Amino acid sequence: MPETQTVKLTHEPIDYHALTEQVRSTQSGAVVLFLGTVREMTQGRQTVALDYDCYPAMAQAKMQELLDEASTRWPVDRAAVIHRLGHLELGDISIALAVSCPHRKQAFAAGQFLIDELKVRVPIWKQENWSDGTTEWVHPGADEANLTVSETTLPNSGRPHHA
Amino acid sequence: MTIQIQLFARARDLAGSDCIQLDLQAPVAVSELRSRLLQEYPALHPLAASLLVAVNNEYARDETVIPEGAELACFPPVSGG
Repeated sequence: MPETQTVKLTHEPIDYHALTEQVRSTQSGAVVLFLGTVREMTQGRQTVALDYDCYPAMAQAKMQELLDEASTRWPVDRAAVIHRLGHLELGDISIALAVSCPHRKQAFAAGQFLIDELKVRVPIWKQENWSDGTTEWVHPGADEANLTVSETTLPNSGRPHHA
Repeated sequence: MTIQIQLFARARDLAGSDCIQLDLQAPVAVSELRSRLLQEYPALHPLAASLLVAVNNEYARDETVIPEGAELACFPPVSGG
């Protein structure tokens, strides 16, 4: 029997078909797959590539924590998440996340929770390679003048989500 | 005590290193660690208000006291996905 939860970091292209198959079972009538892909335009600026950096030990732990939390909130049958690291070109898949539940609303809700929380909790960072040749780390909120690091801004206690 | 701190993303680029050492008098709270880090690596100042500290793979609050031998990391807000 396959693992019911899978968490993985990789430098290789993501096989999202295999990932989806991992979460399918006769217990579940619904499977939701989310793919994050490298987008070309962001607020009028053109991306040519992204580079992903990661704190592997903590990222693995936080991704596992998210799967565990999702399982306490929804009847998750199986779940799998894989994040790609390193240099990604336009259109490449940076993340694939699959979740199965008995019914579709649960599967959609669990999938939405997982990707939303991953983006604020899991220590992975993207660096933009803009078409003008410059690079820029994406650190949501880092340039807000009055932001202070306090209980309300810690990622595991409800920091506002960034798109 | 001598502590090692892993740095990631823009924090690593600004400091010019992926792992730095600080000598601190125990007990050390996270707020103190952050102050000393900014004092010794002024290049990190653009991130001063947003630097997060992780102790043993968990986000730490300012008042958290760093245990001896803990794994430490310091980084700006995350942007995975």
